[in-house]
Amino acid sequence: MRDAPQDPCAHCEEMMQPYLDHILTEEERVEAEHHLDECDWCRRRYRFEESLRTYVRQIVSEPMPSALKQKLAALRIPLN
Amino acid sequence: MRFEEEALALSDQVYRVARHLASSRDEADDLVQETYARAFRSWRSFTPGTNLRAWLLRILTNLNIDRGRRTQRAPQTTPLEANDYYLYDKLAEADGGADEERVVERLSQDDIVSALSAVPHDFRDVIVLVDIGDFSYQDAAQILDIPIGTVMSRLHRGRRILKRELAESVLEDAS
Repeated sequence: MRDAPQDPCAHCEEMMQPYLDHILTEEERVEAEHHLDECDWCRRRYRFEESLRTYVRQIVSEPMPSALKQKLAALRIPLN
Repeated sequence: MRFEEEALALSDQVYRVARHLASSRDEADDLVQETYARAFRSWRSFTPGTNLRAWLLRILTNLNIDRGRRTQRAPQTTPLEANDYYLYDKLAEADGGADEERVVERLSQDDIVSALSAVPHDFRDVIVLVDIGDFSYQDAAQILDIPIGTVMSRLHRGRRILKRELAESVLEDAS
C-alpha cells in the first residue's frame, strides 16, 4: 500500500478520519487499532476528534424558531 | 399521513442544516419557507418511499444556489488546511494534559459558528450535511449533485480547514 516506511503516528493521523467514519478496509482498521492500542499519544487525539464532532454538532444546532414553524404549517395547501 | 405532515415533521432537521448553509438566521428562515412552499406545490414529483428529508434538502440547496449565493463564493485560492492533529495540539499545549472532553469545551459556540462560516461553501456544504445534518455520503452526493468520492474528499479537507480556523480563533482569543 505504501511505497516507503512512514512514521507510524503520521500514518495513524492519516487514518483517523476514515477510521472514525468507518470506511477503512478491515486490514487498515486492524492496523489502526493495533497502533492505537500501544500509542497513547494518538489515542488521545482520536478521542479528541470524536468529542469534537459530537460537540460541534450539539453546539451549532439551534432550535427552529416557533414562529417559523407556524409559518410553515400555514403554507399547507388546503384540501378541497 | 399526508405528504405535507410528513414534510413538516422533518422541519427541525431541515432547519438545522439550513441554518449553516445560509449565511444568516434571516436567510435560513426565508430559505426554509421557500423550500416548503415549493415542496408543497410540487409534491407530485416526490416518489413515495424514497428519502423525503434528502428531497427537501435538494430543493433547499438548489434555492440557495439560485439566490446567487454562489456569486459570493470564496476566492478560488486553495484554503489553508491543517493536519488532523493540529487543533488538539494547539489546545492541549495551553491546557497541559487535561482530558480530551475538557479540551473540546474550550471552544465556544462563537468560535465554532464563526469558524464554520469561514470554511468555503463547497467544503462547508458537505460538513453541514454529513456532520451536522447526519446525512449519509450517498444522500449528500445526491443533494449536492456531486460524485460520492467528491463528498468524501471535501468532507476530509473541509474538516481540516475547519480545525485550522478553530485553532486560529483560539489563538486569537488567547492573545
